[in-house]
Parts: sequence; structure tokens; C-alpha cells
Amino acid sequence: MKKTGWAVGCALALSVLGSGYAQAQTTLRMMWYSDGNEGEVMADLLKRFEDKNKDIKVVLDQVPFKATNETLPVQLAAGQGPDMARTTDMGGIAPYMLDLRPYLKDAATFERNYAPFLEWMRVPGDAKSIPGYMTQLTVTGPFVNKTLFEQAGVPMPSPKATWEEWAKAVNTVADKVQAPFPLALDRSGHRFFGLAVSQGAKVMDAKGDPAVIDEGFKRAAQLVVDWHKSGVMSKELWGSVSGAAYRGANEEFKNAQVVMYLSGSWQIAQFDKTVGDAFDWVAVPTPCGPANCSGMPGGAALVGIKATKHPAEVARVLEYLASDDVVSEFYSRTLFVPGNLAVAKKGVQYPSASPQAAAALKVFGDAVASIDPVAYKIQGWTNSRIVFNAVISRLGQAVAGETTLDEAYKRIETDVAQQIAERNKKQ
Amino acid sequence: MTGILRLLTARRGAGRLHWTDWATYAYLGLAVLLMFGPVLWLVLSSFKTPAALLEFPPSFLPMTQKEVRVEGYPQPLPLFSVTMEDGSTRELAQVRRVGLIAQMVDPKAPGTTVRVAADKRQPVREMAFAVSNYTEPLAKYDFLRFLENSLFVTLIATAITLVINSMAAYALSIYEFKGKTLAMLAVIGTLMIPITIVLVPVYLVVTEMGLVNSLWAVILPGAATPTGVFLLRQYMLTIPRDLIEAARMDKASEWRIYARIVMPLSAPALAVLTIFSIMWRWNDFLWPLAVLTKSEVQTLQIGLNAFQGELQTQWHYLLAMTVVTLTPVAIVFAFLQRFIATGIANTGMK
Amino acid sequence: MTLIAPPRARPRGPSASLLDRFGHAVVRVFEPPFRALQRILGVRRMPYVFLLPNAVFFGLFVFLPIGINLVYSVTGGTALFPSQRPYVGPEQYAYLLDCGSYLDPSTCREDHFWRGVANTLKFTVFQMVAMVLFSLLAALALNRPIRGRGFFRAVFFFPVLLSPVVVALIWKWILQRDGLLNAAVTSLGGQKILFFVDPSWAMFWSVFVSVWAHMGFYTLILLAGLQAIPRDIYEAAEMDGTRPWRVLTRITLPLLWPNLLVVLVLVLIRSVQVFDEVFVLTGGGPGTATQMIVQYIYTTAFANQVQNFGLAAAASVLLGAVLFVLTLLQLFLTRRRAA
Repeated sequence: MKKTGWAVGCALALSVLGSGYAQAQTTLRMMWYSDGNEGEVMADLLKRFEDKNKDIKVVLDQVPFKATNETLPVQLAAGQGPDMARTTDMGGIAPYMLDLRPYLKDAATFERNYAPFLEWMRVPGDAKSIPGYMTQLTVTGPFVNKTLFEQAGVPMPSPKATWEEWAKAVNTVADKVQAPFPLALDRSGHRFFGLAVSQGAKVMDAKGDPAVIDEGFKRAAQLVVDWHKSGVMSKELWGSVSGAAYRGANEEFKNAQVVMYLSGSWQIAQFDKTVGDAFDWVAVPTPCGPANCSGMPGGAALVGIKATKHPAEVARVLEYLASDDVVSEFYSRTLFVPGNLAVAKKGVQYPSASPQAAAALKVFGDAVASIDPVAYKIQGWTNSRIVFNAVISRLGQAVAGETTLDEAYKRIETDVAQQIAERNKKQ
Repeated sequence: MTGILRLLTARRGAGRLHWTDWATYAYLGLAVLLMFGPVLWLVLSSFKTPAALLEFPPSFLPMTQKEVRVEGYPQPLPLFSVTMEDGSTRELAQVRRVGLIAQMVDPKAPGTTVRVAADKRQPVREMAFAVSNYTEPLAKYDFLRFLENSLFVTLIATAITLVINSMAAYALSIYEFKGKTLAMLAVIGTLMIPITIVLVPVYLVVTEMGLVNSLWAVILPGAATPTGVFLLRQYMLTIPRDLIEAARMDKASEWRIYARIVMPLSAPALAVLTIFSIMWRWNDFLWPLAVLTKSEVQTLQIGLNAFQGELQTQWHYLLAMTVVTLTPVAIVFAFLQRFIATGIANTGMK
Repeated sequence: MTLIAPPRARPRGPSASLLDRFGHAVVRVFEPPFRALQRILGVRRMPYVFLLPNAVFFGLFVFLPIGINLVYSVTGGTALFPSQRPYVGPEQYAYLLDCGSYLDPSTCREDHFWRGVANTLKFTVFQMVAMVLFSLLAALALNRPIRGRGFFRAVFFFPVLLSPVVVALIWKWILQRDGLLNAAVTSLGGQKILFFVDPSWAMFWSVFVSVWAHMGFYTLILLAGLQAIPRDIYEAAEMDGTRPWRVLTRITLPLLWPNLLVVLVLVLIRSVQVFDEVFVLTGGGPGTATQMIVQYIYTTAFANQVQNFGLAAAASVLLGAVLFVLTLLQLFLTRRRAA
């Protein structure tokens, strides 16, 4: 027992020590989190890249999302971290991102294909750098349980219907079929702005300073609070967890308890797998408000990290992965909405998706065109996540009945101001 | 009320079973249900398909809908039990469903299709263990490597903890020396500080030592546990001094006294510390997450949590791999159960 | 704080023999250098030698970080390295302590911190009562001459081995809207209960799950105390015809008091530190009803987009001070008991 134990221990120690040496080729590390099967698809694509480029080896380090969101910034600040990383916090990581331009073969094409999203990856004042590409563009939007509408004998509102019309319709349906969630909205600041932008929220003033609480914002917040009071929304999402914690209703939607679920394109792959034949679900265009009918864009980018010792190799990997054919295959196999303009224009085929899922993907793909410039601007703002977190945390308290809405407005403003001030404290 | 009190205070001898004995067994039986039930639930759930996991009402055993191959249809079709208009029930396979109407076919007579209202059908289910929840992640991810890493961290860290903690405890219990009070105060003062609140500074220290992405970054910081020193010291205080004095008379070195007299006598306390150290190290998540990012050094708990994305959690994999990580702990526990009981009884520390 | 029992004959078994062998190996390797050190330094300086390895680890990974934390707490900004952070004096502390009334968290500038303090206090009180009550009941039941005592003891202890995250995940799975418990409730004709929407239920289950996970450990401490009570006391009481209530209050509880005190203090300190169990279970909600102080510190330092190490460090210094006082108090109480 003891001897084998020591043997195993020593072998392990050696293997750990030894793993640093050996290869003559360049080894790059890619930090990657997965919501679904995208890790497997990426591993496949990397293998193909390595076959063509024998001098580069890419190790895919699959980590919990928590690692990319919470510990990666600390690691980068300490000068540690991978050569490439998949992140959703583009504004936060931007100072540590590598500008690929000097190393790209065709920077112009890269720039053209990813133009609107590259802004999200740049620090304020920078209008040129190319740090990476979008592994996924997400668009917020609603899913509707069509079968429940049919059972209730209620017609579905038309594509240009307002939020209020939808709320009324889903409430009638829910009453008739006894569904506990007429309307469900992800508990997330980002999704809240999918509603707020259509109500006219702007988040910042003309100078780019924060001005979160405007008339549009108040209209949206009031809607949410009223919906909770009248039972259109259940407290279970917004009223259950605290702070900026995310809570979705995908499990409830799958169990046919939700009539309309405002979430986003990333749910499609999972619904396709779990809902199966239980009911018909469709994606519909985002309902309209007084300002527009826009959802929020979002997504995850794969970026190079400035501290890398092999910037040229990083650029080669990213240029390969971001090229039209490769990235198109990636979107296709992961059921993601394309975040590459050329690919989006050509259209992505989703052979692995059911007709239902393919139809939903088309609805979301088309929705990209109707995203309002304000929504892009909010998403790309360095301080957007501060705002999202403060908003969801405080509105959550208001929904739970801990504070009033007016109190929440005040707290949102002070939270945002305090965090921006802390960020600007420099030596 | 007095009944309960009698139940709880009386110490009845062996022999005929009094009703209080029955009540005790009932209480303990309830405990078995409450304590083991959830874990059993976890194990059974880990064999469910993603769709079955989200089902309500949840089934206790993993069930999936039965599928049949019907002549003339390339894909296997899902089987339903259908209540027909005349009230009879038939088992039919579904070809497709459009809205509220399902088009069904009798597997025995595949020629004709029947139209059925969707709410008149119930899926026919059978027990099926989704073993793929286990095999897929084990094949796709390097869980064996994670297991090796976790084992390495747990074993080496526990060994280091036992050695340095017992040496410190030995010094603090057997000798009188200048600065002893200060040392004790340092131990006691840090006894209750959770690592969560010093995570960033410890990360800085580890970075400066160049240990990031090495298993030693996980092993070393937690090795000198104040809890361990305290626990061992309290136990060593009870060792009779005569033994030590006698050994000194025999010209035994201080090291020999520590290693050959005090350590063996402290075995129960060491066993407790071993168990706790194994538990802490095996279950540690937040700290390894901060310092280990490369997949070849990741531990089981990190690998496990990689199934949690930003917006989705792959529950079926997460539960299955949770069961995998629980198994070694359960085995260790089964072996060392007796020692935990005697060890804790004698030290009263966690 | 120890339940001092004389060392008994060593238990035999796999762990003992493994430890023995491990011990022998170490003894052989280290004997010569230690002998040499003892020759040079003399017996009186040997305790420092024994303390040294532990002290080095302690210094590097406990005291140095606490020191860095102190520096963080008087500096601001988002830089990671203390040398790059601007000095702000007691600003972070002032920010945390700025309150209209300390009894009402919503009057504080940093209300989340004070809500965390209030919730942690509430959790601690409930947790102490429930933990002591249920582990006492379990210990009393296990102390009876029952069949399969070892098995039942194991039943209570088993959850202690599970990681907090696993414990919380299991129970979250059971308690959610479409979980096992609601399936039971509806099959009995009841309505589904939304446990995590009601602040009282959320707090109840946070305490329940903590008790579930840790009571086995405290049960063993109390059981040890019960078994140390001499049997003849009970026999004498029984001969006198003393009523069970009096036996419990006059004999069992007073003699068990030292162990109860240990349990109380340990539960107290663990409660103040509670984090991942409750966080995974309830997410700190509804609203902020189960958001604890350590969660606040973690969120401030990591989860917020602006990672505010300064504020988090200030909060942790305050928490550390409270914990230090609690620990000293515990020691004082147990010393007095021993005296």
C-alpha cells in the first residue's frame, strides 16, 4: 500500500514537473468556458489547425465560467494568465488584450467582418485595435410556447405588438391553461435593458457620462414591478436570488410552465435537446416600446492576451479560427447566431438543428438588423457591466419588497457612481 | 413531553424492547431517510437524461420514453399510451405532432395512421440508465488527470500538514520557552479566518513565488492549519510527562521523543486531522480555481464546475461527475469511520 | 476546549498502520540533522526548531496576507499590487461605517454590508439553537443501548464529508419549484411552495441545510460527553425513583455542560463564516434576505466588475477583529471551565 502510494506520488510529481519541457513547437494556452457543446467543437477546429500548422500546439483549458469572469481579471492584473481567452466581460478585460493588427495577414478583412463588435473589446479612446473575434453573438428575444396559445385558443400578437399587448395576451393564456409563469424575464441586468431600450432608456448622456435613471428606464422598471404585482411575472426569478446573481427560466419553460420567456439566442440549442416533442415553441421578434423594437446584443469573444510571449502565433490561431469558413462551421455546429458580418450575410446552415430550432435561429439572426444603435452603444460602454449589476441587484430588491422603486433608483445611481469613482482612483 | 424525555434520558438495559426503544429506532430511522435520502436521490438523478432531469413531477428512478421501430419509418418512433374516443387505451407510436393533433401509428399494423388529440396521449416509459452521463465526460475531458491531481494534492498536502502541524504542536505542548504565549496567540487568532477573505493577498504571495499553475500553489498555502496545531496540541497536553522524562534519562534525542513517543500516542488526534485534511483538500474549490487554470493541473472540483457556463449548466454531466468525486470520500469514510468517532470524542475540534 | 481524555490504547487499523509506516520513514530521514541541531543549539532551543516549519508557512500564507489586506484596506483603486494603489487613509472604513442608524441597514451608505451583518447575526442565532437541539437529541438517542449504534452514528456523520457546494446543490435540487419536496407536497394535495421566494423559508432552509450537513460532528462531541458520565449516577437516581425530567436537568445536562459549551462556541464561529453553502442554495436571496457577510466580501472583491479589493479588505479586517474577539472569548470561557 505504502510503496505503491509513493510510486504514484513520485510519478505524479515527475509528470507535473515534466510537462513544461519537451516540445520544440510553440505551445499556446486558450482559456475557454462552455455553455453547451462549443468546447468540443473548438477542440475539433484546433486539431485541424494543428494539422496544418505543425509548429503550433494549442492547449484548450476548459474552465468554469466563474474562472473567466472572476479570477481571470486578477490573474491578468498579476501578469499571469493564458495566451488567449474566451470572455464575455470584454470591456473589463480590454486593457489586457493584445492588438493583433501587426501580426494579421489580412487585418482589413478581419476588421470588416467584426467591425461593430470590435468596439466592445477596445479601451475608451482606442478606435483601431483588433483584439479578437466573436465566438458568439447573442441577441435577446422572446420564446413563446405556441402550444399553450393554441390550447387557450388565444391568437398570438403580431410581430409589431407592444410589450403591454404581449403581457395581456400571455396573461390570458396563462389563466386559461393554468401556467404559473405568464411572462418570464431572465434575472439579468443585460436582459432588463432588452426591455428598457425599447422604452427609450439611454443609460448615458450625450457626453458619455452615466445617466442611468431616465424616463425610458423608469417606464421599464415600473412595467417590471407592475407585472410582478399583477402576477404577469413570478417573483421566483427576480425575487429569489440576491445581488447580480443570474437566474433563468429555461427549466420552467421546458416544463411548459412559461407562456413567454424573454431570454436570448443561446437557449436554442438546449431547448432543441430538452423540449423535444413536448410542445411547439417559437422565437418571435422583440415586442415594441415607444422608442423602438430592439433587443440587446451581447456575446462572447475569443481574444489574445497582451502578456503572451508568442503574439504572432496567437494571431495565426485567431485569424484561422475567425476566417469565414471555420467560424461559419463553428456557429453552425454550436447553434450560435453568427457574430461575423460576412458569414451572417451569407447565412449559416444548421444541419444538426430541428426545423423548430432552425426557425428560431432565423428569427434571432434577423433580429440583429433591428438592434437599435443605442443598444450597441450601451453594450460597448466600458461601464456597462457596472450598470447591469447595480440595476439587477437593486430592482431585485424592489421586486422582493425590500425597498421601494424610488429608493432603488437612488441606490442604482450611487452604486454606479461609487464604482466608477473607485475605478478611476489611480496613483 | 415527559414521554419524549423518558425516551431520551432513560438508559434501559438489554432484554425486552420497551416502547421508548421503538421510538428511538423511529427517530433514527427518520434520520436515515433524511441523511441518506438526498444522497441517494443525487446518485439516481445522475443517471437521468437532460430532459428527464427537468421533469415534474420527478420520477425517483431514471426513466425515459420508450421508442419502437416501425416498418416504413427510418427513425425509431416514441411510444404513447392513448385513450381512444371509445374509452379504450392503445399503445401507439407517434409519427409527428402538429399543434394539438398527433398523427399516430399502431406498431403492429403500420399501414394506417390515426389522428389523436395531443392531450389524450401519455408517454410509455421504461427505466433506462443514462450511462452516457458518465462515459461522455470521462472520454471528452481528462477526468483521470483531474483525479490524479486531486489525489496528489490531497495526499501530499495531508502528509505535510500532519508533519509540520504535529511538530509545532509538540513544541507548544511539551516545552516551556520564551515567546510561547505569542505563538499560541498567533495560532488562536488565526483559527477562524476563512481563506475567502484573504484570497487576493494569498494570490499575490503565490504569484511572487512563481507557483501559479503548479499543484504546489494549492498544497502549500493551506498546509499550516491553525486548527491542526491547536487540535494536536490539546491532545498532546494529555500525554504523561513521566514518559518524556524517562526517555530523556535514556538519552533519547528530542526528535526521537517526538517521533517515537509523542506521535504514536497522538494517533487518534492525528487520525482526525487526517480525515479533516483529506476532506478540506478534496473539496477545495475557490482557491484552486484562482491559481490553477491549465487543464493538466486542474483538480476534480474545477473539472466538475466546468459544466457550469455563463447561461447554462449541463446538469446531467455535473451530477454524474459529482457522484464520481464523492466515491473516494465515501470509501475513505467507510474505512476510517471508527477512528473519526474515537478521535473526535477525544479532542472535540473541527 | 478539549474534552480531555487520557490517551488510550491505540486503535488498530489501516490508518494507524499507514501513519506508523509514514512516521518511521520520516524518523529515519530526519533523525541525523535534528540530532546535530540539538548538539549545536541545546535542548532548550529545540522548541524553536520544531516550530520553525509551521511558522514559515504561517508567516508566508497567513500573516503576510493579513498584512497585505491591511494595506489594501487603506488604499483605493483597482490595481492589484499594493505599491500601485493610491493611499486613501481610513476612507474605506468610513464608507462601511457610514450609517444613519446601525439598527436599520437601509440607512447605511453601504447597505449590503450591514444587511450581511444583520443576516449573519440572524443565521447564527437560529443555527446555534437548531444545531444544539438536534445534535443533542441525536446524541441522547445514540447513547441508548440500541442495536446498530455504529451504523446510526455513521448516518449522522456521513454528510459532514460532503463538500458545501455538493450539499447545497443536492438540497437546491430537492427544494426548487419542481423538486422532490414539492412533488411530495402536491401528491398530498397541497400547493407547490416557492421556498426561495419567501425570506422566512429561505432562511429556514439555509439553517436546515447547515444543520443537516454538520450536526453529525457535534453529535459525536456530545455523545462522547454523555458516555463519559458515570453509569452509577444514573443507577442511583433510578433507585431513588427520580423522574426523567429531573434526571435530564439535574444530572445529564449539568454534566454535559462542558461539551455543550464547546459545541456552542464552535457553531458560533462557523456560523459567522458561513458562505458557499448558503450562497449556492439561495443565491443570497430573496432580495438580500440570506446574503451573508463573507458573501459580501467575496462579491466586492471578485464578482463585481470593479474588483474593489480595498473595500473588501476593510470589511474583512472588521470581520477578522470580531472573529478574534469571539475566539478569545471562547478560550476565556473554556479556561474558566477548566479552572
